Amino acid sequence: MQGEQYLNPKRIPTIWCPGCGNGIVVHAMMTALDKLSVPSEDVIFVSGIGCSSRTATYAACDNIHTLHGRALPVATAIKLVRPDKKVIVMSGDGDSLAIGGNHLIHAARRNIDLTLIIFNNSIYGMTGGQVSPLTPSGKRGTTAPYGSIEEQFDTVKLLEGAGASYIARSGVSFFQPTVKYMKNAVSHNGFAVVEVITQCPIYYGRMNKHKSPAEMMQWQKENMVSLEKAEKMTEEERSSKILMGEFVCKEKPSYIEKRASMFKELCK
Amino acid sequence: MKKIKDIWQGAEACAYGAMKAGLDFFAGYPITPSTEIAEYLSAMMPKKGKTFIQMEDEIASIVALAGASMAGAKAMTSTSGPGYSLMQEGIGYACMVEAPLVVCNVMRGGPSTGLPTKVSQGDVMQSRWGTHGDHPAIAISPSSVQEMYSMTIEAFNLAEQYRTPVTLLTDETITHMREKIEIDPDKDPPLVRRLCPTCRENYLPYGTFVDDVPVIANLGDGYGTSVTGLSHHDDGFQTADYSISRALIERLSRKVEKHSKEIFDIEVWNEKASIMLVCYGITSRSVKALLARNKECGGGLDIGMVRLKTLFPIHEETLWNSLAHAKHIMVPELNLGQIVHEVKRIVGHQIPVSLISKTGGELINPDELCEEVVKINHAR
Repeated sequence: MQGEQYLNPKRIPTIWCPGCGNGIVVHAMMTALDKLSVPSEDVIFVSGIGCSSRTATYAACDNIHTLHGRALPVATAIKLVRPDKKVIVMSGDGDSLAIGGNHLIHAARRNIDLTLIIFNNSIYGMTGGQVSPLTPSGKRGTTAPYGSIEEQFDTVKLLEGAGASYIARSGVSFFQPTVKYMKNAVSHNGFAVVEVITQCPIYYGRMNKHKSPAEMMQWQKENMVSLEKAEKMTEEERSSKILMGEFVCKEKPSYIEKRASMFKELCK
Repeated sequence: MKKIKDIWQGAEACAYGAMKAGLDFFAGYPITPSTEIAEYLSAMMPKKGKTFIQMEDEIASIVALAGASMAGAKAMTSTSGPGYSLMQEGIGYACMVEAPLVVCNVMRGGPSTGLPTKVSQGDVMQSRWGTHGDHPAIAISPSSVQEMYSMTIEAFNLAEQYRTPVTLLTDETITHMREKIEIDPDKDPPLVRRLCPTCRENYLPYGTFVDDVPVIANLGDGYGTSVTGLSHHDDGFQTADYSISRALIERLSRKVEKHSKEIFDIEVWNEKASIMLVCYGITSRSVKALLARNKECGGGLDIGMVRLKTLFPIHEETLWNSLAHAKHIMVPELNLGQIVHEVKRIVGHQIPVSLISKTGGELINPDELCEEVVKINHAR
């Protein structure tokens, strides 16, 4: 498997359920790192709590599995102490947008040089299927048995407003684009985020009448469209689709660069 | 560093002590009455190429310290009651992953927002049991601007030595007051730094110990270090195994408790007096004032003092030995009684122990203290 040098074989199998999409997200990241030829000694994986956050613990690289929601401030500090390393945060939708939402917007505002992968399975898997801030309105979870009456976040818009300088969205049914976005995110100077839509067949799927993991992946194929394709669609056609692609990719001074110039100025 | 003889604020002395201790990383959030410490450091640190960052809240601050620390930095934050409460989960995380770090908690009146600008000693038990689960705790208590300097260095040394969070438990008055400070760099204690492994072969982050303290590679050194707040195996990977989890929890406390004799530090005045006042922090200044006045007036009261420079861990035998001869023990505190229960537990029913309590944001003045002591003196 491409990129398997970044995984610790002693820690496999993972805790993930059969049909879970998390493994595809991890494979995409490991493939991206391999394509970029990043030595595993140069990567530090950071995560919070949740199914996807277990990713860090499966890595052969240095890794730290932190508290629920707190991966970003931990990663921020690690990057500030070791700016020479690639610091990659693997997080879920609950971890990064609910309990960790404050840290997310501030990491984006600082434009701190981190890569954040958001595994968006629209549910809290580890605790057994509760609704998250990315559960689509009307969909069910164990804490919203009649359907969620809340609106979900649009991660891309939220992060753009907060100042992230690289934002992409993909899905596990689109492996090659996902690898490409992850490569670009890891190479980016500043705060780079890739939201990857993935399936939780056991909780989200069962609660919302999806027949199988394959059907959920097929659903992505039918409902996610690239930004290029979306341009040719009418407003009405677009509104029922989930857009994918690179939404923001801009150069602006990163936190590490700004700190370096402040130090240079003061230590003259 | 040059010799210094000056009048400083407690906050300034703390910041200076942290720099002297080798502070690499500070993350914090503004909160009265601790903010001056962050302000001083925000000016001092960048000039030395060290990172100061104001985080979005105290939760972010404490976990940032844990991250920085596990990557090899000497890390510190300063806060006060509400912020200290928010930090408790992160402090437990630091205990579990064995991240050395220093939290300076400047106590103010609580609970809740309470009395932000007023003094208190209400967080003593929070510094021991604030986070959930069984865990080690080290808390030290400065009582002068001079000690805001020396004890900040000590806090870093203890954190590095035992790989655990250390609370510098100070208060609004000690932090804001200005008084004489003398710094002679030659007299500063030697700095302690955690041990790091030198060989990658068969490396296990939680597998090699010196005196129960693990020898962990810093994140970024590429040893393949795994760190988790879950109960973990010697390779840093999670486990729910009964015997491994039990051994881990027991070791975490043992690594501190077995050194409680050398960590526990007290200052004793009039060691043979029949009435002993057990005090700490700002309250000991009132006690010292009373003792000095008593001496000036011919020593009519047979009173002495045991000042706890260390609040946790308490070496019970040392404390008992300093009090065993007393006929009565009095414990003045700016709370409804916290350390008094530790004292009672240790002396048992053999010596009467009474609390002198004051809350509401004011100090116990020496006259009030004198009144209480005279009452006991007459009763005896």
